[in-house]
Amino acid sequence: MTVVRWLAAVGRFFYSFVVGDDWMVAAVILLALGITALLIANGIDAWWLVPPLAVVMTGVALWRRSASDQHKETQRMELK
Amino acid sequence: MTGVGVVFLTTFLASTVEAIEMVTIVVGVGATRGWRSTLMGAAAGFAILAVIVAVMGAALTAIPIEPLRVVVGALLLLFGLQWFRKGIARVAANGLAGYHGREPEDERGPRTGVDWTAFVLSFKGVLLEGLEVALIVVSFGASAGQLGTAIFAGAAAVVVIGAIGLAINPLVSRIPRSLLQLVVGTMLTSFGTFWALEGLGVTWPQSDLDIVALLTFNVVAALAFIGLERRTTSAALRVVTS
Repeated sequence: MTVVRWLAAVGRFFYSFVVGDDWMVAAVILLALGITALLIANGIDAWWLVPPLAVVMTGVALWRRSASDQHKETQRMELK
Repeated sequence: MTGVGVVFLTTFLASTVEAIEMVTIVVGVGATRGWRSTLMGAAAGFAILAVIVAVMGAALTAIPIEPLRVVVGALLLLFGLQWFRKGIARVAANGLAGYHGREPEDERGPRTGVDWTAFVLSFKGVLLEGLEVALIVVSFGASAGQLGTAIFAGAAAVVVIGAIGLAINPLVSRIPRSLLQLVVGTMLTSFGTFWALEGLGVTWPQSDLDIVALLTFNVVAALAFIGLERRTTSAALRVVTS
């Protein structure tokens, strides 16, 4: 039981380390790394794919967070 | 046989580049999350590195470093992006004044026990960069027949850069936490991107100089996002108060 609890704690730690509070960013970046590997295997030196995509996904995550905050604020105002 | 001075200088300068990356991560994580677990991670990284070097010796060049770069780079990139966007949001909200009042739970590590986030970040940075220093030492030293000089130069680079990191720590600690989180997030994102893509087999157009290009690109993006976030927040405030 202790081992199971320990494994669950390790799993939770790595999920929070890798995925954090926005799974979409992690999924897109991992996909982009996979696509980069495929492009390299086909002779294309794709150094240009991940850096701009990381910035775009940061913008998307900030926008999603901001939209969610505004939605919560609107609900709070309506309750008043 | 190449001259002792040439081997020393070449190995020292090449190792310095890797040592700067190592110390940057350790100092950044230590200042942001606390020093105890960060130093434990660094010590564990050095211990594993010492075992690898002792066991493998000159056969170290046979270690496939690319898969390690992909794994460590991808993890640093994914974690760095989290701090990058949190840093942007917090600097946009609080400016350079740091946090007012209560500190967010994820900003500092736990007060007791090991902060595994700091431990893992520091451990990976030291292990990967330390391994790269060891590879430089073995490659330059063995090919020039000056392994002893190369080992001394590699160790000197790590000690000198480590001492500089230690010396600037009081200055780093004075940086407001929200800004520090953004700075460290930007560095982890940039180093992570560089290592992960290099491990996948990418040839960076300007070699190691592209780390500076990535840092510049991410800093410009962060400044743009901070401006946008501030404009959005003040527009929302105007709507609420009207």
